[in-house]
Amino acid sequence: MDFKFTEENLQRIEAARKKYPTALAAVMDTVYIAQEQNGYISDEVMSEIADVLGIDKVNVLSVVTFYTMYHTKPMGKKHIQVCTNVSCMLRGGQELYEMVCERYGVSNMGVTEDGKVSVEEVECMGACGYAPMIAINEDFYENLTKEKVNEILDALQ
Amino acid sequence: MEKIVLPEIKDLHLIEVYENNGGYSAAKKAFARSTDDIIDEVKKSGLRGRGGAAFLAGLKWSFMPKTTNKPKYLCINGDESEPGSFKDRQIFEYNPHQLIEGILIASYAIGANTAYIYIRGEYHKWVKMMQKALDDAYAKGYVGDAMKATFGTDFSCNIYVHKGAGAYICGEESSLMNSIEGHRGYPRVKPPFPAQNGLWGCPTTINNVETITNVPWIINNGWQKFASIGAEKHPGTILYGISGHVNKPGVYELPSGMLLTELIYEVAGGVPGDKKIKCVIPGGSSMPPLRGDQLEGIRMDAESLKAAGSAIGTAGIMVMDEDTDLLKVLLRIAKFYHHESCGQCTPCREGTGWLEKILKRLASGKGTSSDLDLLITVANNIEGNTICALGDAAAWPVKFMVARFRDEFEKYVNKEIQLPVKNKVHAMRGTAVPLADIKH
Repeated sequence: MDFKFTEENLQRIEAARKKYPTALAAVMDTVYIAQEQNGYISDEVMSEIADVLGIDKVNVLSVVTFYTMYHTKPMGKKHIQVCTNVSCMLRGGQELYEMVCERYGVSNMGVTEDGKVSVEEVECMGACGYAPMIAINEDFYENLTKEKVNEILDALQ
Repeated sequence: MEKIVLPEIKDLHLIEVYENNGGYSAAKKAFARSTDDIIDEVKKSGLRGRGGAAFLAGLKWSFMPKTTNKPKYLCINGDESEPGSFKDRQIFEYNPHQLIEGILIASYAIGANTAYIYIRGEYHKWVKMMQKALDDAYAKGYVGDAMKATFGTDFSCNIYVHKGAGAYICGEESSLMNSIEGHRGYPRVKPPFPAQNGLWGCPTTINNVETITNVPWIINNGWQKFASIGAEKHPGTILYGISGHVNKPGVYELPSGMLLTELIYEVAGGVPGDKKIKCVIPGGSSMPPLRGDQLEGIRMDAESLKAAGSAIGTAGIMVMDEDTDLLKVLLRIAKFYHHESCGQCTPCREGTGWLEKILKRLASGKGTSSDLDLLITVANNIEGNTICALGDAAAWPVKFMVARFRDEFEKYVNKEIQLPVKNKVHAMRGTAVPLADIKH
């Protein structure tokens, strides 16, 4: 399972590298690009990131394991994030989370067997005024009810 | 009332619209003046940081060394992860160019040729919007080397967007710098302060997104006009983010020093079902909560809230009605800080876990009244004993929620005490439970 960046992504990494005086600083951007290409950050991916940037692999590992948005195991194609923090909780976020978990038969960070969907209970996403909210991959869905969530999830491919 | 940060102009996020409304004229004016003059203007305006600590922005800029052979940096904090605050995303979406212009002026004032805008990773959409605005500004020659010709000045500044990846702690300024450098987001010990030793060991200033967006307006309209808006010691407008049990939640730009009751009942349309308010957290989840029956007369500015026993924080107001289960709320807050503690300092790493566990015990009906005291003791042992303010942020809600709503929490306490070990006398000493409370 060899991992190599695509030519286009190598150029994006080069562009990110130019933003900073050191190569190490470009590691967060590079991990994002790698995750986009590979879906998750495996051991091989970390080696490749270290090689491309010319930094030690331990630096990559320390960043990948610190930030919650980098995944070290495959997540679903649609990663559903439900906020249950205070503002969302007050408006039914916890119930939405339980409903979504039940619908797919998974718990926090669980992936369905077909690998299509994963569910995560996330901390505040900065949508408190439009609570409750869920995010699917990069898109926010706000001002929700159970019915609206079911509609959104029904429409998922 | 005139809006400073979020004017009601259609499509203001487009560079042409921003230009037609006097955009980038403040930067031109600023570059014609001396840097000391700009810092002085911002100092006199009384502009205070909008990220939580409400520190005077002009004073912060004046800490930057005048003579140094190192490069200087400006960091814009758009990490915005505090539960209850969602104001910076409005700026990224509706007024990104005023932020860019503010960055240019601030960079000029402190002598920084590079600025980073740190935006939290979950804000994918807003990172893209900010990058688009920045690309447009580069294309028009307002940023980068081309700005020398555009503005007719010797000064130039590059601005980059840095995307975070889901760590609340990176909103702490020294942790934010470590994150930009490509390390884990561990806060640094202060001193040395960022103005001496910041990004890559160079002098650095960190300001909040909202703070910087105010700057072009101050340059255009003068410090006197800014200082005359809102509360005397905390002038200007504030983006109030109102959420929770209100009819019209959202972000409202209004003068500082507004009455909290006016904001909740008039601006945000009151509580659904005309219920009473049990609790209000006035500045994001880490600020001490206020009792609903003691809100009269409290004004939303740093000084008034301090006097009322809380703090302005990010002005993210969370309203909870009379039917709210405060134990659940506090447990959720404790869980959040346990999750977000970076793990560097023992009191915070372990203490936040204990707080969550004790609250869980209370929620499961197995708690005792000594648990309530234990919560406060643990919180007191976290507060002030950590490198950064996350320890305090975790301790305050627990400490003040339990103290101010003791009557609420007593309801959850199990009067029948279950001793953990068979030797009751030993257990009595260990847990310090009053003898009279123990059923033999």
